[in-house]
Amino acid sequence: MALAFTLNGAPVSIEAPEEMTLLQALRGPLGLSGPRFGCGQEACGCCMVTLDGEARPSCALPAEAAAGRRVGTVEGLGTPEAPHPLQTAFIAEQAGQCGWCLSGILVSAAALLAREPDPDEAAVRAALEPHLCRCGAQNRMIRAVLRAAAAMREGVAA
Amino acid sequence: MNLAFGFALGKGGNAPDLPGSLRAEPRLSRWLRFTADGTVILTPGKVEIGQGILTALAQIAAEELSVAPHRLRVLPAATGTSPNEGVTSGSLSIQESGIAVRHACAEARALHLRLAAGRAGVPSGDLRVEDGTFLGPGGTAAGSYWAQAEEGLLEVEARGDVAPRPAAERARAGTAAPRLDLPDKLFGRPRFLHDLRLPGMLHGRVVRPPARRAALRGLREGPLPGDAALFRDGAFLAVLASEEWAAEAAAARLAARAEWETAESLPEEGALAEWLEAVPAEASDVIRREEPASASDPGAAHTVAARFQRPFLAHASIGTCCAVARWEGDALEVWSHSQGVYNLRADLAIVLGLDPARITVRHAEGAGCYGHNGADDVALDAALLARARPGHPVRVAWSRAEELGWSPHSPAGTVAIEAAVDAEGRLRRWRSTLRGNGHSSRPGRAADPTLLAAAWLDPPFATPVAIDAPLPAGGGAQRNAVPGYAVPSLHVTMHRALEMPLRSSALRGLGALLNVWAIESVMDELAEASGQDPVAFRLRHLESDPRAAAVLREAAAMCCWPRTPSEEGIGTGIAVARYKGTGAWCAVAAEVEAAETVRCRRLWIAADVGEAINPDGVANQIEGGAIQATSIALKEALRFDRMAVTGDAWESYPILRFSEVPAVELRLIDRPEMSPLGAGEPSLGPTVAAIAGAIHAALGLRPRRLPFTPENLAADMA
Repeated sequence: MALAFTLNGAPVSIEAPEEMTLLQALRGPLGLSGPRFGCGQEACGCCMVTLDGEARPSCALPAEAAAGRRVGTVEGLGTPEAPHPLQTAFIAEQAGQCGWCLSGILVSAAALLAREPDPDEAAVRAALEPHLCRCGAQNRMIRAVLRAAAAMREGVAA
Repeated sequence: MNLAFGFALGKGGNAPDLPGSLRAEPRLSRWLRFTADGTVILTPGKVEIGQGILTALAQIAAEELSVAPHRLRVLPAATGTSPNEGVTSGSLSIQESGIAVRHACAEARALHLRLAAGRAGVPSGDLRVEDGTFLGPGGTAAGSYWAQAEEGLLEVEARGDVAPRPAAERARAGTAAPRLDLPDKLFGRPRFLHDLRLPGMLHGRVVRPPARRAALRGLREGPLPGDAALFRDGAFLAVLASEEWAAEAAAARLAARAEWETAESLPEEGALAEWLEAVPAEASDVIRREEPASASDPGAAHTVAARFQRPFLAHASIGTCCAVARWEGDALEVWSHSQGVYNLRADLAIVLGLDPARITVRHAEGAGCYGHNGADDVALDAALLARARPGHPVRVAWSRAEELGWSPHSPAGTVAIEAAVDAEGRLRRWRSTLRGNGHSSRPGRAADPTLLAAAWLDPPFATPVAIDAPLPAGGGAQRNAVPGYAVPSLHVTMHRALEMPLRSSALRGLGALLNVWAIESVMDELAEASGQDPVAFRLRHLESDPRAAAVLREAAAMCCWPRTPSEEGIGTGIAVARYKGTGAWCAVAAEVEAAETVRCRRLWIAADVGEAINPDGVANQIEGGAIQATSIALKEALRFDRMAVTGDAWESYPILRFSEVPAVELRLIDRPEMSPLGAGEPSLGPTVAAIAGAIHAALGLRPRRLPFTPENLAADMA
């Protein structure tokens, strides 16, 4: 079936068979690399995207659930030339090791900061609870999110 | 470096005195080259597995060559073009590859300066290097690496006669450098092997049997989605499709149509210690040392005897294993996140009946790798499918269930220790007996391939039983089984199981997870029995290892040892070990809160890795290892029944989540003048041990079974 939605601010349309997940659509016909497969069971956060601004896993969601909606991925946050404050902060804190979990974590963190500009550490942990990081870089990531939040409140780069 | 065990010598591998991996590959041009447009291309044989090695190697090269870091390009390893540095494992990459790069670059710099000096008519010593440009007295230009890039100066073997820059003069090595690979991963740009998209690429998925022992009896007919097609060789069952969704959907349908005859082959999950006592095993001495008893030998005043056990563990990487393979004519090209491209090539050649020279294995980054996971296995999966579709690249990605259930697992084990102190409270005697499967099933080391699918083909290959490297090569089960404490009578034996119901292999720390915990627990118990403070007791026995004593003192100071519990159910433990007895030193203090479950609230870590090339990278690795060890200590055990692994989803193999991650305070003891030592693994054993000690402080019981779950702690209390 033909499927149309807004991806990172731009309209897209693809042919999406019934059995295709949103993650498969994003990585397949739509050619993205940011959303990643981790479990296919909505249990690790690697495939996190925003659907109308709300963070949710895409690995078990039928692609057709995105019809007519706004889908956001890490590619929509920023670019090396114009990074999102979160991306700047994650580089400043060197918050990552293998990096597999990062694009999902950035999506959830951005959704958090959009609704709560001044989260405390507990709020950051809670927002990132759906995400697994096997390398053990969580403390750096928490610091990076708090750093980005402070920078965004002050309106400066992290 | 280990020449005796599994380390392939290169063609010039006859240079035993050269530093690091230059021994295996002395030719300078195999390590680096310059380009006319101002780039240094570094071609190490070690690979990026999430630990930041490429960044550290670039730092070392920039330092020795005196070039700006942005000029460095570090290429991923590939068979044929990279030095054969064996496997990226054992926290050895800085020692082996880093030292080779340092010396190769120092020689490259000297060779280039000699040529430039001759042309300028000045002594070499009068030239200096500024970002790759050579300047003579008074700042006169005298050429550059780039101008001399085509001179062939590096087509020589290293001589080992150029001293690298002394510690006091280093400007880049020893400073925090940002990871080269991180920006791509933060901006969602294609970087991982999984992001490789080649023209005409097909997607493959494997349908695994429902049991470890299973025979494929039939396949019910039925349609497959899209253009998906079936592939079968013996009991190796797979699908191929041009789109990923179709391959996944087809694999699910096929799994439901396959008829298997299954049989029990796994031990009782709840009786692993008993199974390990009964299974046929190869016994050997790890160490036996008796100092002659003196006439005034005071004998044992206090004895502790205990058995410690650990379960099978999964690597539990967040990403799943993936490979891309392409057959073209009689040649095979494979992209893999293997830790050892040459080792993988050797086993692929055996299974496929191909001359290794016809196979190229290229490394591409995967998700975090903590040891021998399924990366090599999936490369064979992809190669088998690619052989059926010549000319088409075939990409195979594993499911979560394959990742957790079919990757090699870190083996269960037990260690029984009996140790004694004399009336003066000094260690007299130490006896340990280890039991378990070997910790290495790595490819490229045996006559039979260790790759997963090989055992399911028609005809099948026998799966070699996992081995343990000898202790001088780092050991496996016996890693860190020899206590670092002075003891006059010492005997450690090991029993390596000769049956392997679950394919077992190396996971971060190997035997050190169990051994350091067991040793440190016994040390705590002996200190308690003889009325000594556990830190003071350890320090009495570390006189010959001042760097171990230093990290222990540092961790004790950081946590204000001895810590009196502030509230009920709170406790602190402390532990120390030198990784492998030859690597980095690490001491960890842990504070736990024991309520319905045990939660680790804080970790204080002191480490000594000698020279830290990238101190921020070292801190990241040491802390990451400690957090992974916290997860292992408190949560992880592979679940299985007599047929199959049942812990093959995050719900059934839970790992630490954000809310459970302890706060970490970490200090590195800076020793820039000392040899650099690996940082990836030293913190795991001491962290498990410190958490166990903290549980005793909080609850008064000594944990004997990993993980320290309420069920296991209750069993310990019984």
